Amino acid sequence: MGLLNKLDDPYYGGGIILGTLEDVLNWGRSKSDWYLQFGLACCAIEFMAVNASHFDFMRFGCIPRTSPRQADFMIVSGTVTMKMAERIKTLYEQMAEPRYVISMGSCANCGGPYWEHGYHVLKGVDRVIPVDVYVPGCPPRPEALEEGMIKLQKMINEQAIFNKRKRLREAEEKEKSVSDVVLSQN
Amino acid sequence: MIEQEIYNKLKEHFGDAIVELKEAPPSDPFIQVNPERLQDICLYLRDEGDMLFDYLSNLSGMDLAENLGVVYHLYSMKYKHTIVLKVTVSKENPNVPSVERIWRTADWHEREAYDLFGVIFEGHHNLIRILNPYDWEGYPLRKDYKTPEEYHGIKVPY
Repeated sequence: MGLLNKLDDPYYGGGIILGTLEDVLNWGRSKSDWYLQFGLACCAIEFMAVNASHFDFMRFGCIPRTSPRQADFMIVSGTVTMKMAERIKTLYEQMAEPRYVISMGSCANCGGPYWEHGYHVLKGVDRVIPVDVYVPGCPPRPEALEEGMIKLQKMINEQAIFNKRKRLREAEEKEKSVSDVVLSQN
Repeated sequence: MIEQEIYNKLKEHFGDAIVELKEAPPSDPFIQVNPERLQDICLYLRDEGDMLFDYLSNLSGMDLAENLGVVYHLYSMKYKHTIVLKVTVSKENPNVPSVERIWRTADWHEREAYDLFGVIFEGHHNLIRILNPYDWEGYPLRKDYKTPEEYHGIKVPY
């Protein structure tokens, strides 16, 4: 069998790669992430720089979408005011699953410079929507946002697609048994 | 025209409605004005031949601890001179005549002063909040403002 003969070097000649279906699907998902196009504050300026030719966000497979229905993830780029928080929540709920959120900059992470006297600022966008990747900085350099994007791609690559619940349960049980052992040792 | 000449002319015309001219270095000297006749004074400043203050460069609210104030920065495109007007009103009855019909730029400025300080501009055609949500309670830039605990079920303090 040609396949079996080349198992030691699967790349040799035939262009055959061995892998699970899940890996292939995740690879496809992580390399064509479309994002919801909106900017909130000064972070949006850096975000625009990421989109422009120097940093070229499109090489990650990221295409701006103006409709939340077509978007895979959103980048919360800037200060989230109380007025905007409800709109962001609505936009997040309108996105189709699986959906991801990158929180960009100190304001979106934790309120940033408005943490004490900002009556109008939401102290972290994770108070209204779940966040997958936090990018620190005020505002973050474009390289930092790209790093965040790579983190998100890594996260998507490791996600379970098949037998999700069973595997989650197994992971939980494993964790529990480990903690039980630790507790009994103590 | 310098401020003293403008002040003298206004005093001649409006008498008691013009309270005083104050030097306040390093900021501009200003004329304290009675809020009752503000509209007449502003119209006069805009239309009088040797003043022609056709440009309202800024309108802002102030919290003066016991009172509220409004500051008007005027500029004349023709004569290149400036003047600052100030009015003071009490917090219990914060009514100031609107100058929105005299300088249209005052429209949003007055809405902002209303939104953040609670100054009520009488005669404004659309006096609603401009920055905060419409259902926001209180006037945030007042010194005695307390940050709310929550807004629509979202916790506000850190």
